[in-house]
Amino acid sequence: MSGAEIAHDPDQTKKVQVFVASQWKLMWWRFRKHRLAMASGAFIILLIIVAVFPEFIAPYDPTVRDPKYVYATLHKLHFVDRSGARIRIYPHVYALKMSRDPVSLALTYTQDANEKIRLGFFVKGTPYKLFGLIPGNIHFFAPVDQSKRFFLLGGDPTGRDVFSRLIYATRVSMSAGLLGVVLSLVLGILLGGISGYYGGAVDTVIQRTIELLRSIPAIPLWLGLAAALPPNWPPLKVYFWVTIILALRGWTTLARVVRGRFLSLREEDFVLAARLDGVSELRIIGRHMVPSFLSHIIAAVSLAIPQMILNETALSFLGLGLREPAISWGVLLQSAQDVRTVGLAPWLLLPALAVVTVVLTFNFLGDGLRDAADPYG
Amino acid sequence: MLQYIMRRIVIMIPTLIAISMISFLIIQLPPGDFLTSVIARLEQQGVVLDKAAAASLRARYGLGQPMHIQYFKWITGILQGDFGQSFFWQREVSGLIWDRLGYTLVISLGTLLFTWIIAFPIGILSAVKQYSLLDYVATFFGFVGMAIPGFLLALVLMWISFAYLGVSVGGLFSPEMEEAPWSLVKFIDLLSHLWIPMVILGLSGTASLIRIMRANLLDELHKPYVVFARARGVSETKLLLKYPVRVALNPFVSTLGWMLPTLFSGSLIVATILALPTTGPLFLEALRSQDMYLAGAFVLMLSALTIVGTLISDILLAWLDPRVRYERG
Amino acid sequence: MNHNNLLLEIKELKTQFFLDEGVVRAVDGVDLEIGRGKTLGVVGESGCGKSVTALSILQLVPPPGRIVEGEIVLYRQSDQKEPSPFVEQVKLTHLHPRSRQIRNIRGKEISMIFQEPMTSLSPVHTVGNQLIEVIRLHMNVDKKEARERAIEMLAQVGIPKPELRVDAYSFQLSGGMRQRAVIAIALACNPGLVIADEPTTALDVTTQAQILELMLELQGKRGMSIMLITHDLGVVAEMADDVAVMYLGHIVERGDVDSIFHDPKHPYTKALLRSIPKISPGVRQRLDTIRGMVPDPYNRPSGCPFHPRCDKFMPGTCDRIVPKRISLSKGREVRCLLYGGTDRE
Repeated sequence: MSGAEIAHDPDQTKKVQVFVASQWKLMWWRFRKHRLAMASGAFIILLIIVAVFPEFIAPYDPTVRDPKYVYATLHKLHFVDRSGARIRIYPHVYALKMSRDPVSLALTYTQDANEKIRLGFFVKGTPYKLFGLIPGNIHFFAPVDQSKRFFLLGGDPTGRDVFSRLIYATRVSMSAGLLGVVLSLVLGILLGGISGYYGGAVDTVIQRTIELLRSIPAIPLWLGLAAALPPNWPPLKVYFWVTIILALRGWTTLARVVRGRFLSLREEDFVLAARLDGVSELRIIGRHMVPSFLSHIIAAVSLAIPQMILNETALSFLGLGLREPAISWGVLLQSAQDVRTVGLAPWLLLPALAVVTVVLTFNFLGDGLRDAADPYG
Repeated sequence: MLQYIMRRIVIMIPTLIAISMISFLIIQLPPGDFLTSVIARLEQQGVVLDKAAAASLRARYGLGQPMHIQYFKWITGILQGDFGQSFFWQREVSGLIWDRLGYTLVISLGTLLFTWIIAFPIGILSAVKQYSLLDYVATFFGFVGMAIPGFLLALVLMWISFAYLGVSVGGLFSPEMEEAPWSLVKFIDLLSHLWIPMVILGLSGTASLIRIMRANLLDELHKPYVVFARARGVSETKLLLKYPVRVALNPFVSTLGWMLPTLFSGSLIVATILALPTTGPLFLEALRSQDMYLAGAFVLMLSALTIVGTLISDILLAWLDPRVRYERG
Repeated sequence: MNHNNLLLEIKELKTQFFLDEGVVRAVDGVDLEIGRGKTLGVVGESGCGKSVTALSILQLVPPPGRIVEGEIVLYRQSDQKEPSPFVEQVKLTHLHPRSRQIRNIRGKEISMIFQEPMTSLSPVHTVGNQLIEVIRLHMNVDKKEARERAIEMLAQVGIPKPELRVDAYSFQLSGGMRQRAVIAIALACNPGLVIADEPTTALDVTTQAQILELMLELQGKRGMSIMLITHDLGVVAEMADDVAVMYLGHIVERGDVDSIFHDPKHPYTKALLRSIPKISPGVRQRLDTIRGMVPDPYNRPSGCPFHPRCDKFMPGTCDRIVPKRISLSKGREVRCLLYGGTDRE
């Protein structure tokens, strides 16, 4: 605020520069303030990278079993090597040697300091095919000598590397959630929109259907449907049908929200104004109504994804969703069903941590998006 | 008010019918003429169904006849209390479910109560003392509680108590008490085991209720009618409970409708992990072994409970909120 | 005004809000007097602090706001007639916001009604419930009698069929009816002062006229004082005996309604009066506006808060010195350096 002008002509108007920020930019600015949501967003981007390039990031092929390393303990990372003439600094681990107590038959592993396995970044390791097409063999972080086994997060009951399996599971678990949500989204917006926009008989029919679907408790419905999937189906087919089953109920929530918004928006003055202006119905829907609740949909979607992930995990855990040889967090948790197994190898519970972390970050992100989208919040 | 209840009950009936059809559909889903494939599988597992029993089952359920006749036979049976036969257990389904239903109800209702008793005051305090330490702790707990699904929590808790406390948690009774007749000692034993599934089941519900209560109350706390009440001399506590809490209660109560069935469903998985003698593990086993009459009965029963639960919460809501009662549509 | 005619006195009141972005001095040294049976109109733009002043009287300022300085005194007249009516001075600012004493005053000796009749009543309680609540809170009557009084109050505020309406919910009443019900609740215990914060702003013009008429009528019958807060000069002209003009937490001018309207002293008052659209035939003129905008509360202008928008701005003076109260004549005050106060302190 500058100082005052003493004499002035009331008719003189200063040209004021008006900056207009688009809706998206405003949302972004508000979102930026929410630091937890920003951090969650960054974390999720990281997860997406892991999900897209698991072959590169994971040190091993997740399906390779190795009976020499069943229930392998976690490798301790060392950085300082004092064994030689000079002190050298490089990341390495000690080789695992399995031994079985002759009396109790208990399994133990010792880490042999004499045999050091050097680790490196971007090393040449076991070959893979990115997206199943592009051959490659560079791994982000793995032993320099590709014949050596390294267990950052331990080994599972058949000697497979838990860390690699976790990484590969990210892709499946997260995408299962995504597909289900996309399906719910399409169904929800379509049916909710039709219901809200046209009203009348169509609305009633769709509403009753929604109520019906919602009265059936979710878990029994999913379990029942999933149990009906023949056990001899290939994993991909099972994966596809599981997401459909999960989406079957998910669209109802979104449809109700969309319908509610359409119903109230229909009566809004700006819609009436557009109609009076001669704008076609389709354009009214697309250009005028949709933007005003798009932000809410974004927030709803980001909160629906973790729910889907949880549901898939639960189903697979119970053996009714994805099955071996598919790899998802739920499938990984199957090996953790027995308390004694878990007592022996608690790292088998790590997929649970992964699930919880992902769900939490999506929740924070969703909260942040919802706060940013709602101008009156 | 009575009109409202009547209206809702009348609407309930077609929904129930539709659900029974869907449950039946689920029963029919597994491919093949299902009795023969089930018999074959059972024989594989060493359970032999004698020919006479198989024939009587066929007749009873009209297998081999068109779908709608089978459905009618099933439904009329249910209305007479006959839920069908479990192939795996070779027993009447109703007997099987009945045994377990009691415990399921106890756990679910107990958890519901526990959830409410905890969530209600914490939610209120959290909103009234916004940004205080209690608020941050409650909010954090709310987030975390909602992110951890019951079955994961059950797994982790079991592991912790096994690995670090040497205690094996599971079941509703200590091994010696299982078959013992009911007594005060047995009751206390039950309570000492009951809190674990209740905590696990109740955690996410409590967390979400706290958040809902807090959010709703925050919305209401600064509204003019609250300030007006304060401006005419009503005391703070009385004011809080009579006005904003009462209004904030409405969305809270409407969540009640789905809480009970959610608890039933949620307890399914948790009960499996903790090996509780409730309906959950039985249902799961039924699904895994495609013991479909048992499974179908479960789906029907749980769905019916959902509808009843929704009805109860709708009635409660109408009783609490006059706006709902007078709404025209 | 002597203490027999004075009902409420506000002395040097400062109420501030302590926010993350800074301190907002919503009320920055306000002096007001409300006479018995009189109506004081407090005028000003949105955000000038009039509502906060009102809230401060009843210790209703919401956190993070707080009264930081000043005194508000209620002159309570006892029933004692001989030898002379004893007047007790109750320092409202010294009462804790949750204390029993202030609660006894709220609704009973001083009442407040708010702008939004739509949301001033609880959506889940009947009108009667809220009326009976305030009656039983402050008066020692049983349920039956309280209900009778409630119905009577509803009748007095002009609600038809009060015996039926007492059991109605607020959403069943129109806006005008709701505001009448609010007035009924505020007046149920016969307060000496009613603070009305923009009571008719949310209503249509016809209803507005009816409500104002009702308030005048009830004032005539009961002899209560009214503190009417509004931005509408027309309402002030019709209702007020005395007027106080507020700008950015300061009372810039005070006086009786005639003097203010016919002989305004402060440039802001003059500008306000000038900005009222005039209905005169033929002339097509631009509406007079006050140039500039109300400043950002975190960025108060130095010196006189009005100086950036003032026609009579004196550079070097108005932007350095905060004007003090200048008493022009009895009951007539102005805070403007044009009238004095320029001697450097």
